[in-house]
Amino acid sequence: MATTVSQAPLQPIRRLSGGWRVVAGKELTDHLISIRFFILIAIMGLSAIAAVYSAAGGIREASAAIDSDFPGLFLKLFTIQPESSRIPPFFALVALLGPLFGIAFGFDAVNGERSQGTLPRLLSQPIHRDDVINGKFVAGLSVIGLVLVLLTMIVAGVGIVRIGVTPSVSELIRIVGYVVVSIVYIGFWLALSSLFSVVLRKASTSALAAIAAWLVASLFALLFVGIVADIVSPVPDQPTIDEQIANAKTQRNLSFVFPQSLYQEATIALLEPEQRTFDILGLISLQNPQSGAIRGPLSLEQSLSIVWPQVTGLIALTVICFAGTYVAFMRQEVRA
Amino acid sequence: MAEPAISTVELTKRYEDFTAVDSLNLTVKEGEIFGLLGPNGAGKTTTILMLLGLSEPTSGTASVTGLSPTRQPLDVKRVVGYVPDNVGFYADLTGRQNLEYTARLNRMARADYETRITDLVAQVGLTDAVDRPAGTYSRGMRQRLGIADALVKNPRLLILDEPTIGIDPEGLREILDLIRTLREDSGVTVLLSSHLLHQVQSICDRVGIFVEGKMVAEGPVRELAAQLKQGGATIEVAVDDWARAGDVMYAIPGIRRIDRGEDHWVISAETDLRPQIVKALAERGIGLLHLKLREEALDVIYMNHFGRDGHNS
Repeated sequence: MATTVSQAPLQPIRRLSGGWRVVAGKELTDHLISIRFFILIAIMGLSAIAAVYSAAGGIREASAAIDSDFPGLFLKLFTIQPESSRIPPFFALVALLGPLFGIAFGFDAVNGERSQGTLPRLLSQPIHRDDVINGKFVAGLSVIGLVLVLLTMIVAGVGIVRIGVTPSVSELIRIVGYVVVSIVYIGFWLALSSLFSVVLRKASTSALAAIAAWLVASLFALLFVGIVADIVSPVPDQPTIDEQIANAKTQRNLSFVFPQSLYQEATIALLEPEQRTFDILGLISLQNPQSGAIRGPLSLEQSLSIVWPQVTGLIALTVICFAGTYVAFMRQEVRA
Repeated sequence: MAEPAISTVELTKRYEDFTAVDSLNLTVKEGEIFGLLGPNGAGKTTTILMLLGLSEPTSGTASVTGLSPTRQPLDVKRVVGYVPDNVGFYADLTGRQNLEYTARLNRMARADYETRITDLVAQVGLTDAVDRPAGTYSRGMRQRLGIADALVKNPRLLILDEPTIGIDPEGLREILDLIRTLREDSGVTVLLSSHLLHQVQSICDRVGIFVEGKMVAEGPVRELAAQLKQGGATIEVAVDDWARAGDVMYAIPGIRRIDRGEDHWVISAETDLRPQIVKALAERGIGLLHLKLREEALDVIYMNHFGRDGHNS
C-alpha cells in the first residue's frame, strides 16, 4: 500500500475556464457508445432509408409527367408519400421520432448523476456549476445535430443515386435551414427533458413526464387551440368573413405556444415551397398582389420570411426551457 | 503553521424551518486529522458543503486554506479533495476512466495524470480492479476509489464524509490505515466526519462533537473526556443487601442518581465519593462486593450526548 505518488503540478487558475468542454466531451463519448444511441439511430436510420426509397419510387413514377426542371423536385425526396406507399415521408418521421431522440438524451441528465451518487463528486471539482448543465446540453445538441446531418445526407445520397437529380443552391439552403430548424426543435425536447431531470428526482419519472408532455402537446394541441379560439373569437352560425378570420387568427396565435405546430409550419414552408395551407392569413395580409394571384412555388426569400416567426418561437421555447433548467439547477441543494 | 487549513467564524446555515448549522467556530490546523463527530442530521454534511462552496452559508464566514468558499469556490475546489457520503462513480466507465474524468475536470494534462492515477490506484490497493467497470465495485472498493479520486488533484485538504459507513471491519481497518499513511506521507490535512466515534477516534488528532448544529466539545480525544465530564463521576457498586442499600446511598450528600442494573448499580455523583460510600455501607453492616470508578471512555460521553442516535450502527 505504501507507494510513492508522483506529484502533479497545481494548475494555474486562469486555466480553469471552459469546464463545460470537459463535461461535454465526456457526455458526448457516453452518448455515442450508449445502447440508447444505437437503438435510436437504428430506428431512425432504417425508417429514413425506407422513406427515401419510397419517395424516390413515387418521384420516378411521376417524373414522366413532370418536367425535371420542376422547382423543388429534390425536396420531394423529403416530403412525398406516394399513394401506393404506407411509409410516411422523411420529414414526418423526423417530426415524429425527433422529440423521442431529444428526450432520450436529456431525461436523466441531472437525476442520473444524483442516483449514481456522482453529482457531489462532480460539483466538488474546480468547475462552475453551470458548466455541468451547459456541457450536457451542448453534448446532447451535438448528438442530435450529428444524427440529423447523417440522416439528411443518407436521404440526399440515396435520392441522387435513385432519381438522378442534384439539388440546386436554393434547395440546398432550404435543406440546411430544415436541419437547423429540426435541431432547434429537438433541442427544445432536450431542454424540456433536462428540466424534468433537474426537478424530478427519478429518471423514470422524468422520462415519463417528458413523454407525457410530448403526447399531450401532439394529441391535444389542436383540440385545445380550437376550444380556446371559439371562446375568444366565437364563430356564429352565419359567420361573416371577418369573424372567421378572427377565429383562424386566434387559433394560429394560440398554436404558437406548441412547438409541434411551430415546427410543422416551419418545415412545410422550407421543404414545400408550393404548399400554402397555413398561409391563408399571410395571403390576405400580404400587400403584394402577386403572391395571392400566382399559384407558383414561393421563392427562397419568401419562404425564409415566412418561417422566421416560427423559428423565433421555437428558439424562444427552447431558451425558456433551458433557462428553467439552469435556474432550477443553480438553486438546488447538492444533497438529495 | 501560519494559516489554518480550515477556519470558520459563526458559520450558520438556516433552512426555512430549522437551523442545520448554528454559529460554528471551527479551526483545523494544517496537517492534522480532525474528526467531526455527531449523530445523523447533526449538520456535518451541511458544514462540509459550505466549506466546499457547494452550499451558501446563511451567515458567518468560512476560510479554507485561506480562501473563501463563497467568493473563490473554484480556487477552493482546486485544493480540496472531497469524498462524499456514499460516493458514486459512473457505472459504465472503469475505475480508471472515472479518475481520468476527474483529472480532466481539474484541467490536468494526460502526461501529468496517467502515472499519477496508476500510483494512486496502487496506493489504495485497487490495481487489479481499476480497469473493470465501476458498477461492479463493492462499497469498500468504491470508498477506496473515492479516496484515490479525491487525491488525483493533489489536494492540500482531504474531506471525507462518513468514510467508514457500511464497511466491514477489515475494510474499515484498511481505510483508516490508508488515511493515516496519507497524512504521514504527504502531510495532507484531513477532515473526516462520522457518527461512529469508536471507529475513527484512533486516527484523529482532534475531534469535535457536533450535536444539532452546535459544536458541544472540541479537542484531543483524551482532553475531551475531561471537558465533557462536567465534574461528575460514575461509580459501580455491588452489595450483598440490595434492599437496604438504596436508602443508605441516597443519604450520602453528592449522589445524583442511581441506575439499578442486574448485577451492579451505576451511581452518578458530583465527585468521586467512593470513600464515603464504603464508610456509609460499613456503618450499616452492608457487605461491599464490588466498587469501581468508571473511566469515562469517550464512547460513554458520546452516548450520553447523543442518546440512542449515536449507536445505530
